[in-house]
Amino acid sequence: MGTLLVSEKTVVVPGQELATGMDYLPGFGAYRDGEHIVASQLGLLSVEGRAIKIIPLSGKYIPKNDDTVIAQVVDITLHGWRLEINSAYSAMLTLKDATSDFIARDADLTAYFNFGDWIVAGVANVTTQKLIDLTMKGPGLRKLGEGMIVRVGPSKIPRIIGKGGSMVSMIKEYTGCRIIVGQNGVLWIQGSPEGEMLAAKTIKEIEQHAHRSGLTERIKEFLGQFPKPEAVPLPPEEERPHRERRPFDPNRRPMRRSGGFR
Amino acid sequence: MKRIDGRKPDEMREMSAKAGIIPRADGSGYFQIGNTIAYAAVYGPRNLYPRFLQDPQKGILRVNYNMMPFSSKGERVRPGGNRRSKELGLVIEKSLLPVVNLYEFPNAVVDVFVELPQTDAGTRCAGICAAAIALADAGIPMRDLVAAVSAGKAGDTVILDLNYEEDSAEEGADIPVAMTGRSKEITLLQMDGRMTAEDLRKAVQLCRKGISQIIAVQQKALQEKYAP
Repeated sequence: MGTLLVSEKTVVVPGQELATGMDYLPGFGAYRDGEHIVASQLGLLSVEGRAIKIIPLSGKYIPKNDDTVIAQVVDITLHGWRLEINSAYSAMLTLKDATSDFIARDADLTAYFNFGDWIVAGVANVTTQKLIDLTMKGPGLRKLGEGMIVRVGPSKIPRIIGKGGSMVSMIKEYTGCRIIVGQNGVLWIQGSPEGEMLAAKTIKEIEQHAHRSGLTERIKEFLGQFPKPEAVPLPPEEERPHRERRPFDPNRRPMRRSGGFR
Repeated sequence: MKRIDGRKPDEMREMSAKAGIIPRADGSGYFQIGNTIAYAAVYGPRNLYPRFLQDPQKGILRVNYNMMPFSSKGERVRPGGNRRSKELGLVIEKSLLPVVNLYEFPNAVVDVFVELPQTDAGTRCAGICAAAIALADAGIPMRDLVAAVSAGKAGDTVILDLNYEEDSAEEGADIPVAMTGRSKEITLLQMDGRMTAEDLRKAVQLCRKGISQIIAVQQKALQEKYAP
């Protein structure tokens, strides 16, 4: 018969024995050593049925498939864009994954995403060598316009989002800001200057108290200390990369076929 | 028998530890034992350049050891690296390597900076203890914690946790030992001086006891950071 040696939701330390017996299974941040399940990460203990896992309290972003991240363009290559995603590895956004537009061979890629631009992208694929492919195909994935970038520890993101997005929608509602949360610990805020400042301050407050319970109440109180910022009309959400379209010319030269000698 | 500072042979100096004290680092630790103080800051996993240092199979652990100019008892320590600091950085790295799982960060590096603002012997041991706290605080996957303490000899007695006077005595020996917290596997064993095989065994046993106490201090430091 297995026994749990530490109670749930307590902070555990690497090398700490969590449970004995073969009834329990090691999940994320834990491993089995003979009779014992041992922690291999600093974090909060969580038990789901037979599985024992650890919710990390710190650590850098480790990319996973289907994550939504906020990334910055750092390089433009022949095949697409290289982006910084606040992790040990940079990510690649290929032309094919970036847009469904036709892009000519000699097109200027900065017309789509320029150096320093921020974009919300999805993680399409991560290899064992941590080569990361991003994609812009998906709802809400786009280039980001004017706004504010805030960085927090990636392990704090679930608390900032809250159950079913309750926490982030509360901040959005109170500050009148548009907020996009990237799984990589980067957040984008757009709104009035006062609204943006308050939203950023609130997010920092959440980060500081992320390991405590009753967080939503605490943040509600925190927001209440400040006057509600005046709502301002926000610019249109969709900032699609665009290219100049040539007007249709009925007498234009037929399109060249690919293949063969030209 | 009483020692120079009034301790019993198997008694360690007063200890204290803290986690997460350097805000800009990804993880940090503080470890103090007697008059020896060590800070450790962990950065990474992050990009590793020059590229020929990269390992496509696993990440790299890199430890930098530094004694601050005003840290020593006698003369000012000349700033910048020297032969000794390079060796100790390597020694600390090797004693931490068996517990960290670097296979999750191919081509990347985890940097550890050990800084000593005040020293009174046992700096590599204090450095290892602080670095283990810092690595755990940085969320690096670790099989176990590591702690270290030194043992030696004064007259005919084997003693634990030498201070500077005991360490620099003409006769005797200095044996730093690092062990993992749970399984008590030895990850570092060095010896400076002479000792009989019998005394060495006794010294390692003493260190084993001391390390259990240090591990408890380290655990408490890490848990306290997130205390409600």
